[in-house]
Amino acid sequence: MEIVLIGLNHRTATVELRERVAFSVEQACEAADQLRSRGILEETLVLSTCNRSELYGVPRELATDSTGAVELFLASFHQLPAAELNRSLYRHRDRGAVHHLFRVAAGLDSMLLGEAEILGQVREAYRIALDHGATGPVLNRMFQGALEVGKRVRNETEIGTRPVSVAFAGVKLAERIFGRMDNHRALIVGAGATSEQVVRHLCDRGIKQLRVLNRTEEHAVDLAGRFGGEVIPWENLTAALEWPDLIVTSVSSAEPILTRAAIERAMARRGNRALLMIDLGVPRNVAAGVADLYNTYLYNIDDLTEIVEQNKKARESEIPRAEVIIEEQIEKFMHWQAGVETGAVLGDLRMKLTAEREVFLRERLSSMSSLSERDRAQVAALLEEFVDRVVLNPVERLRGIPELRRKLQNLESLRDFFHLDREKP
Amino acid sequence: MTNPYVLATLFFYTASLALYIWNLREPSRVAGIGATACLLVALGLHYMALLERSRLIHAVPYDDLFGSLSLFAWLLAATYLVLEAIHRRQAVGPFVLPIVLIVFLLAHASEARPIKAPPAQGPLFAFHVTLNILAYSAFAISFVLSVIFLLQYRRLRDHKLGSVGWRFPPLDVLERMTRSSVLIGCGSLAAGMTAGFIWAHRLQGRYWDGDPKVIITILILAVYVGYTLLARTAAWRGARASALCIFNFMFVIFSYSIVNRYLSHFHRYF
Repeated sequence: MEIVLIGLNHRTATVELRERVAFSVEQACEAADQLRSRGILEETLVLSTCNRSELYGVPRELATDSTGAVELFLASFHQLPAAELNRSLYRHRDRGAVHHLFRVAAGLDSMLLGEAEILGQVREAYRIALDHGATGPVLNRMFQGALEVGKRVRNETEIGTRPVSVAFAGVKLAERIFGRMDNHRALIVGAGATSEQVVRHLCDRGIKQLRVLNRTEEHAVDLAGRFGGEVIPWENLTAALEWPDLIVTSVSSAEPILTRAAIERAMARRGNRALLMIDLGVPRNVAAGVADLYNTYLYNIDDLTEIVEQNKKARESEIPRAEVIIEEQIEKFMHWQAGVETGAVLGDLRMKLTAEREVFLRERLSSMSSLSERDRAQVAALLEEFVDRVVLNPVERLRGIPELRRKLQNLESLRDFFHLDREKP
Repeated sequence: MTNPYVLATLFFYTASLALYIWNLREPSRVAGIGATACLLVALGLHYMALLERSRLIHAVPYDDLFGSLSLFAWLLAATYLVLEAIHRRQAVGPFVLPIVLIVFLLAHASEARPIKAPPAQGPLFAFHVTLNILAYSAFAISFVLSVIFLLQYRRLRDHKLGSVGWRFPPLDVLERMTRSSVLIGCGSLAAGMTAGFIWAHRLQGRYWDGDPKVIITILILAVYVGYTLLARTAAWRGARASALCIFNFMFVIFSYSIVNRYLSHFHRYF
């Protein structure tokens, strides 16, 4: 019951190559069909995202070069020279393949450490393969384990909690002050790409009251239209400061557009309710003196970048905790796999012994004419009981062997020793 | 400190504190659930210890420092648990549990006085004592929450959140939790004082006897009502209200220590 994995990702391949090796949903299903119909793999699953293309499989036979066959298939499927592709591929087998998948699901192998999207992509790839009938017991169990790993790592570590983008860091800071954002108000000054990122995160966090100002009003209308906000004329900027709990500024201006005096007046009008200002403009859009005003919080791009850097380090420090979870889940999977293999070999052994018993009884009992039918039945029952004992004792013994690899090797030796067929369970 | 309930309570309070700290440093579901579960067990055991004593004196355990502080610690932990359940925030636990533990240890560090029936008994008197101590517990929680608010406020203003800053409750939640606990405190104190006045009238034929404890308690109620009114005003909301809440708690400490010990005629340990 071998597992093979070949693939490439953002570390091993250029974006051009990754694009050429990417699988659409239809291609993933077609590749799975071909791999199985050609007898290369019995179970297959294609995981294809913008940063990785990976092919997981369980070979039909215990072939020595199943990975080689999959590599050749991959090159021919995407019409690429095998030599060019091979340089960028990584190859894992058995425990290594399981370890790799579990790291992927945990977000440890992502470009952005701990990102959450990959878990959804793994779930989707598994669903597609399952619906298509491309997976079997091994890959089903392996991918269910991967989803569990991803969930546990996100719940039990902080690898994905702290923001690692400037826009998201700003929104998370707002949550540190206001808690849930759904009943708070945001004013977006500037309708550029940076503002859009912040608005997107704010909407993800449930904000419902949003106002947008921009010198070029069409851009404000566009941004507000896409996220359900309200457009305020640029001339009303000062008056608009009374309304929000959060102000995000990102406009091009040589001088600060929000002066200390303007914010001071706004704070007085708003009864000193807490006000967070996220200044993403360079040069800065909010006068530095604003930070001294009571109940105001001012963060500029440098402050947020520093937070992001700290958070990246904090995420890295969570890797050992995530690895512990991954190892636990790998052990769980390997034990399950060993159990299935053990059951299959001993099932074969029992069938073999039962068949031998029938032949043995026919040969020996035919010459014992003195035995009654009842005696013959008793002898047959005794022999059957004996076969059960012979098989059951090794089951217990094999389960007790601690080292998994040795256990599997022993099982293969057992197959050879008893001339058992190499059919898979 | 040989009572098995007391020893077991001490163990579970300590375990709960350790798990709350662990959960603050490295958030995990197991530590979070474990911390709350240990606190629940500790509260149950602590209640048994208090009940045992109450059965012997046929009254709420207030007549000595042991009973009074022990009841205070129990109500402090119980009030915290209620706030944790309402606001679903565990980050405050590592700051409340040390106070619970210190008060509990102070109560049990020396042997309790020989148990004797207190001079005042009855359900109304029990209400008076319990509600007043509950009020002090709620004010203690509001004190802790205000300290955390000011720490977090300073971290956010100085852009130095650090690892713990991301795990504290938001400032808005801390403000609401503080106001909730002050409201619990004010309500309990008002009800407790009313019960006390009625009981005093029944016993002595008058509501008021000029005891310094009564005067300081009215003052405490006044400063906390003042906080409640000011905390939502433009000039005071936020950090200033938290500083006021911390200042107010000094009156509680003064009442609980100096007034009880040296000034009051008959209020000794509550």
